[in-house]
Amino acid sequence: MKIKLIIAAALALFVVSTQAQAKLKIFACEPEWKALAETIGGEQVKVTSATTAFQDPHHIEARPSLIAKTRRADLLICTGSELEIGWLPLLLRQSGNPQIQAGKPGYFMASEQVERIEVPEQMDRSMGDIHASGNPHVHLDPHRLLSIAEKLSQRLQLIDQKNAPFYEQQFANFRTKWLESVQSWEKQSATLAGKKVVVYHKNWSYLLAWLGIEAVADLEPKPGIPPTSSHLISLLQVAESEQPEVILIAAYQGDKGARWLSEKSGIPMLTLPFTVGGNNASTDLFTLYENTVSQLLNTLQDD
Amino acid sequence: MKVDRFLLGSLLSGSLLVSGHVSAGEKIMVDKTEYEQLKAAVESLMQAKEANKKVLLGAEQAAAKAAASAKTATETANRLDKRVKSKSSLAKSAGRISGNEFNPAVSLILDGRYTDIDNSELALPGFQLGGEAGLPDNGFTTGHNELSISANIDDKFYGSMTAAIVYDEGETEVELEEAFIETLGLGQGLTLKGGRFFSGIGYLNSIHDHAHDFADRPLVYDALFGGHLIETGLQARWVAPTDFYLSLGAEVTSGSEFPGGENDNNEGLGFFVKTGGDINESSSWQLGASYFTTEFDVREAGGHSHGHGGDEPDNELLDGNVDIAGIDFVYKWAPNGNPKQTNFKFQAEYFIRDEDGHAEFTEGANSAEADYDGEQTGYYAQAIYQFMPAWRVGIRYDHLEADNRFANFVNGGIDQDEFLEESGLGAEDDPHRSSIMLDYSPSHFSRIRLQYSDFDNGHGESEDMITLQYIMSLGSHGAHSY
Repeated sequence: MKIKLIIAAALALFVVSTQAQAKLKIFACEPEWKALAETIGGEQVKVTSATTAFQDPHHIEARPSLIAKTRRADLLICTGSELEIGWLPLLLRQSGNPQIQAGKPGYFMASEQVERIEVPEQMDRSMGDIHASGNPHVHLDPHRLLSIAEKLSQRLQLIDQKNAPFYEQQFANFRTKWLESVQSWEKQSATLAGKKVVVYHKNWSYLLAWLGIEAVADLEPKPGIPPTSSHLISLLQVAESEQPEVILIAAYQGDKGARWLSEKSGIPMLTLPFTVGGNNASTDLFTLYENTVSQLLNTLQDD
Repeated sequence: MKVDRFLLGSLLSGSLLVSGHVSAGEKIMVDKTEYEQLKAAVESLMQAKEANKKVLLGAEQAAAKAAASAKTATETANRLDKRVKSKSSLAKSAGRISGNEFNPAVSLILDGRYTDIDNSELALPGFQLGGEAGLPDNGFTTGHNELSISANIDDKFYGSMTAAIVYDEGETEVELEEAFIETLGLGQGLTLKGGRFFSGIGYLNSIHDHAHDFADRPLVYDALFGGHLIETGLQARWVAPTDFYLSLGAEVTSGSEFPGGENDNNEGLGFFVKTGGDINESSSWQLGASYFTTEFDVREAGGHSHGHGGDEPDNELLDGNVDIAGIDFVYKWAPNGNPKQTNFKFQAEYFIRDEDGHAEFTEGANSAEADYDGEQTGYYAQAIYQFMPAWRVGIRYDHLEADNRFANFVNGGIDQDEFLEESGLGAEDDPHRSSIMLDYSPSHFSRIRLQYSDFDNGHGESEDMITLQYIMSLGSHGAHSY
């Protein structure tokens, strides 16, 4: 009897302790969504990110610390479109947390709030690690990011109804400031349109489409397959015929292949932050875009 | 024992209450969500149409992409129109991560190997072998070809089945490894699992062989569990609502598989606790402790008996009891937590098994019997290092030790020395093995491995084993646990 009482008391304690937490606990899969959640959620939310800018969001381990965090989350914000398929389903299953399961209000997949590009018409593993629902790396298109911010604000209003007006206002503030910034970035970067670059992975597609830059080659022979020497050699010819002006890699991607190609072809290599925290300057979404645009302008205009 | 069962029972009933409570609240939420989604869908239609214009404008600048983008834009518009018309398809707009939208995720593991080994009959003096324990045959063999089908059944349950298709000595066998259902987000950090499953004890026990880092299992798993401890019954797991990771698990099972045996009262009982965390951005760890106990009326020993021909000897343990306790530790390191270029993993497990029973050995008309009380321990430690993308090296050391006692020996035509040797119960020197491996994984779905082992079976025989193995994964391959 005593044991039953203790268990009941312990369960009651946990229920009370979880309810006593005032702030909404948000589990973000990537730093860009942590930044967005903090922007919209302000002081009402406490956000942790499963990955840093130096980790490849396709491949991380479903570590014990992440299970502990998903267990307590009120809201999950991830990229979706199968980006996290190697670890998120496992975290969800092990969390025992009903609020963040697929289809629940606490399950927010950012890339699935907007239309995606590069949706494959057919799929086969020989094509590499491709995503059936299209390119998931949507956060570097400022227009899509704004739509996602709006959906996120609506979702926060739904989950945390007592603070709904706050989230609405936060989004309105963000929208005004963001649109102003986007306008100025678009103005600054007008000269980038039509330039050609080499990328490591298709994670730059949205940024390049926004700026009108063309990716003439990928360092990866197939998406998700690390650069091979034979593929790199074939890229030398592409470099000659297409005359790309820069090789773009993200902070989390290995620079070995890019460095080799850069040395052989004389095309400069540029490491962009890709997400918040990818370099010292990129501390939030605004500085991430600012830094990205200014680095591209510096590198591409020097030529 | 009674207290344990009671505790588990009250945990189970408590969780059911919790889930009932949650679903009542959910209903209201769902209706609101649907309304919100409808509203959101209409808005997104307007926005997407605007966004499409922008996509088109952008595409004009990059002439090569224009055609493709235009096509996407039309498809998008069609899709969105449909979405607004059909309310039922709104669920899709919320999006979910799954291996395959409606069909279950199907995964096939192909495992083949070439083994260079002199004696492929496994003998570990002091350990009566059972289950899947054994060594591969010399030459070309197909290993564990695993077919696995899994899916979220609905929003409350997940189901999975894994069968190994094994070809051995001219016969194709299908072995049901796992067939279980599991709750999804039951609440309060609880998860219930029912069916046939790899027990949650230890670290490697619940991980299928294809995801192991060596071509063969650690000796301690073969010796104490017959490969894996596979159980049929119920499992409850609970994750504590704490900042650090703490998970408790309990299992009530039939307890009828090796090292248990036939019993009529579902005697299997298992407990495990796991904790772990991050040391810094680059490294993380997990520590576990586990306990398993069962009783049996009859336990048949033998494992993969590799053809002696003629009369198979009868090797049994009667009215026995087995207790196993273990600890396991895993440490993983990757620069900045990014394992893609290089990473390192260390793991070690230690188990102690205490078992007793009445041993009977019969061969034709001759027999022997004795009361048996054994205490066996075993451990392994291994380190794996990925020194460049796709390439890993690993080393492993295995060690077993048995201390078995006998009383009331009865000679029915077989003397004590022969009995001890033939029954596998007589301990000699400590079996131990050193292994080294190199593997190459061009993608996440293929792996080729070369392994060398030096195995001293404790019977004065030393064996070299060289294995060349491929492990390929077809279809939608699920996430691997830590």
